[in-house]
Amino acid sequence: MTPLVELSGVGRDYLVGGSLVRALVSVDLAIEAGQFVAIVGPSGSGKSTLMNVLGCLDRPTRGSYRLAGVDVSSKDADERALIRNRLLGFIFQGFNLMPRTSALENTELPLVYRGVGKAERRRRALSALARVGLEARVHHTPSELSGGQQQRVAIARALVTDPPLLLADEPTGNLDSVTTYEVLALLQALVREAGRTVILVTHEPDVAACADRVVTVRDGNVVSDVRPTAPEDAQALLLRARLRAEQVGSS
Amino acid sequence: MTALSVALRALLAARVRALLTILGILIGTSAVVVVVALGTGARARISAEIANIGSAAIFVFPDTGMRGGARSGSAELTDQDAAAIRVDASAVSGVTVWNTLRARVHSNFDSYRTSVMGIDQEYFAVRGFSMAEGRTFSDSEVRAKAKVVVIGSTVKKELFGPEPAVGQWLRIGRHTYRVIGLLSEKGRTPFEDQDDRVLMPIGAWRSRISPASGQRVQLIMASAKTSAHTTRAEEQIRLILRERHRLGADLPDDFVVRSQEGFRRAQNAILDMVTGLLGAVALVALFIGGVGVMNIMLVSVAERTREVGIRMSIGARETDILLQFLVEALLLTTSGGVLGIGLSAIVSRALQNGLGWSLRLDGGAILVAISTSILVGLVFGILPARRAARLDPVEALRQG
Repeated sequence: MTPLVELSGVGRDYLVGGSLVRALVSVDLAIEAGQFVAIVGPSGSGKSTLMNVLGCLDRPTRGSYRLAGVDVSSKDADERALIRNRLLGFIFQGFNLMPRTSALENTELPLVYRGVGKAERRRRALSALARVGLEARVHHTPSELSGGQQQRVAIARALVTDPPLLLADEPTGNLDSVTTYEVLALLQALVREAGRTVILVTHEPDVAACADRVVTVRDGNVVSDVRPTAPEDAQALLLRARLRAEQVGSS
Repeated sequence: MTALSVALRALLAARVRALLTILGILIGTSAVVVVVALGTGARARISAEIANIGSAAIFVFPDTGMRGGARSGSAELTDQDAAAIRVDASAVSGVTVWNTLRARVHSNFDSYRTSVMGIDQEYFAVRGFSMAEGRTFSDSEVRAKAKVVVIGSTVKKELFGPEPAVGQWLRIGRHTYRVIGLLSEKGRTPFEDQDDRVLMPIGAWRSRISPASGQRVQLIMASAKTSAHTTRAEEQIRLILRERHRLGADLPDDFVVRSQEGFRRAQNAILDMVTGLLGAVALVALFIGGVGVMNIMLVSVAERTREVGIRMSIGARETDILLQFLVEALLLTTSGGVLGIGLSAIVSRALQNGLGWSLRLDGGAILVAISTSILVGLVFGILPARRAARLDPVEALRQG
């Protein structure tokens, strides 16, 4: 079976102030469909660059990147936009929702660029929002939602096109521990039940502990790639965190 | 549709800024529209005035100007000149002559100073006058130099008010005349009120109004067969008169020939210059408005760099982003254009009522407003929109 993601010898260089910075040196990485992969590493390790390459936002300087069997490293800007729309869903640390725009319209947006009709857009957006538990908040704008709710809208937006690969860049970086586990439980469930693939960048060990596989990046290279025998169950951690919060609240 | 609602939302989020930008376009487009309306209005007025006199009309009058420091005393036109033109100028269909003197005219009710004109029988046909009431002069009245007059409606109003004028009596100098006809109203030309006149046969005029005038005529008016014959008719008249006045090849004309065609050309030349000048100023205003649009769109793109990054990350192509910002610019300029039509309607009315200018705000002017505002939106919106579309998604997402 061909892996969903296949990087071989991928490197990315930048010119910063006249000197060459090798953000990625040479990365070989294969990710099968249905995995929950965490990419960890200190800041400056190259994990964000790796994420941008994986997300077809950036092109590698060298090496090849095959996504769902297609070589995407050679595609032009419009083709990469199409790939982002069809094959990828993004979840960002800062949520990145459109301001002054309802949760429903935010969720519909990827379908707008796909050219889906209004009624069909609405139906699919409502179902994606229901999947993340926000059916009661569809007409709220981001400023009327909590951080956790905003991130769930962002997840609904990533899910609405039903892409095989979700990319989450520090998705819990701005969230407290209860909402962190809410989001992680949601991502874990999406992998378990629907066979989706999630690649998550984080520098928090607690978050990485929930993944099926942890890839560590340092100085532009993959330095370790481990598959924990028993990943943490985010749902259980969520219940524990809620309980602790209640105890703190009542005492 | 979606691009439109996104653009609308973006503009509403920065209302004051959008309104100020629209104001710039509004002023620019209404300036252009007013100039266009001014041009069409003035052209229509000139055409109407010329049609009133007759587009084929040619006027000949003696050149009484100074020449070489000495007055050319012999310069005069006579009945015989008119007769020669009538017989020999093939491009001319009709000739009439008339003399005019300003004089005070008395009725039983009032007195009034007007033009008392001595005319020949062809006057009515060549000048295009018709009768509202009564009749023109009969041949026997012309021969007998009878004391009968035909008056214009302005004179009738001044002297008789609402009373019927035909059959009434008028006194001019020592003589009393019977009113036998009233001219149909003809309106004003740039030079005169065509209804402000008292007409009598030229023979009667010469013996009673101005006994010293002899066979002289102040003006010969000829009408060319069609307005296309005007130039040829002018040339024929000039040759006939030069021969009759025995002017050698080295002597200049002692008369002046003026045609309505020439008048139209002169008027249109002035008009073209004025509208050209005003148009240039209006375009400068529009250009400044367009620069305002470009400026504000650049600000908008800079402010929304992150938004562009997000849109790109979820699958917006360069053309989607380009279109989004272009639609926003077009929304600014076309709303300026539509409001500009309103403003130019107000300005046109003010100019018309206040200064008596004739402006015509027609479909053409509205088309000009809409098309210029769309053009300005495209020209000044494309650069900011391209800047947004060419953003690197990684860089754009890092912003803000």
